[in-house]
Amino acid sequence: MIILQLYLSFLKIGLFSIGGGYVMLPLLEKEFIAVKGWLTATEFVDIIAIAEMTPGPIAINAATFIGYKAGGFWGSLFATAGVITPSAVLVLLAATALKHFYHNRLVQAVFSGLRPAVLALIAGAAISVARATVLNLSAAVFAAAAFLLLVFTRLHPILILLLAAAAGLLVFR
Amino acid sequence: MNYLQIFLTFLKIGATTFGGGYAMLPVIRQEVVNRHSWLGEEEFIDALAVAQSLPGAVAINTAVFVGYKVKGLPGSLAALLGAVLPSFLVILLVAAFFVQFIENRLVAAAFAGIRPVVAALIAFAVMRLGKTVFRKKFGLILFFLFLLPAVFLRFNPILLIIAGAAAGLLREALQPKPEREKGDAR
Repeated sequence: MIILQLYLSFLKIGLFSIGGGYVMLPLLEKEFIAVKGWLTATEFVDIIAIAEMTPGPIAINAATFIGYKAGGFWGSLFATAGVITPSAVLVLLAATALKHFYHNRLVQAVFSGLRPAVLALIAGAAISVARATVLNLSAAVFAAAAFLLLVFTRLHPILILLLAAAAGLLVFR
Repeated sequence: MNYLQIFLTFLKIGATTFGGGYAMLPVIRQEVVNRHSWLGEEEFIDALAVAQSLPGAVAINTAVFVGYKVKGLPGSLAALLGAVLPSFLVILLVAAFFVQFIENRLVAAAFAGIRPVVAALIAFAVMRLGKTVFRKKFGLILFFLFLLPAVFLRFNPILLIIAGAAAGLLREALQPKPEREKGDAR
């Protein structure tokens, strides 16, 4: 039963977290600490820290972690499936519709305005991340070096991340 | 190109991107636009626009959209599975065995190196993705107009998405009609 509850709870959260993973944090807090009591406030902070240190979107990380704490392996599986379901279904519907209307004049007009808006949102994310993480000179050097490497070499972003981790071990230990 | 390739590509993306969904976008762009040429730069931005307009994690939505574009429904499932699996497995291990790993000094040092670099990766992705958008005056002006609320006012992304769509439609409505080519609404 708890497995079904986890699936439905995360289905609901997945459906209402429009605008990326961090939007869902307050929803998670309300649902699992206040209403269901499956999680303590400390565990909640742990989840955020762990989500930032492990690969993947925070939504998936949080669903897997909370699902495991509340219902073991199957709990984590169903919680993760729940959080993915609404967005997967909606994206598929949108992609199917777009296949037919993508070249429509009005749809193209909408996209011509959406593109700069989306770029502004992503640039906004870059600036937010920079303001939260570039807090001292060495962090600034790391960010600047990575940016220059990206601009002047054809290094893959994954390689840049690995280099940053290795340099971090040398500099920040 | 087959389903396995789509799955493995998104598995790689899912396994190597730290710091949440936006941090995945530069890597997704590198793989999807540069390496495999599954989508062009503009098509990729459009995929991101759809991904951001709908509920759910941006990276997951983008994976589903790109997978569908490349190889239909099975392609989208392959992409979804690949993108989700690494973080699912890693969190499962962490939740089961070592919550303490986040307090490990070596892990902390590596992440102190990674975190500022994520900002640079995302900024660079914007630069590359914007190549064609920024060349048009309309795109450039709109970008800077939206940047301020996006960063400082903590605007709900949905509001910006709606404003962008409205701006695009408004410009279309205000443009003189005759010399425009007819769009085909198949």
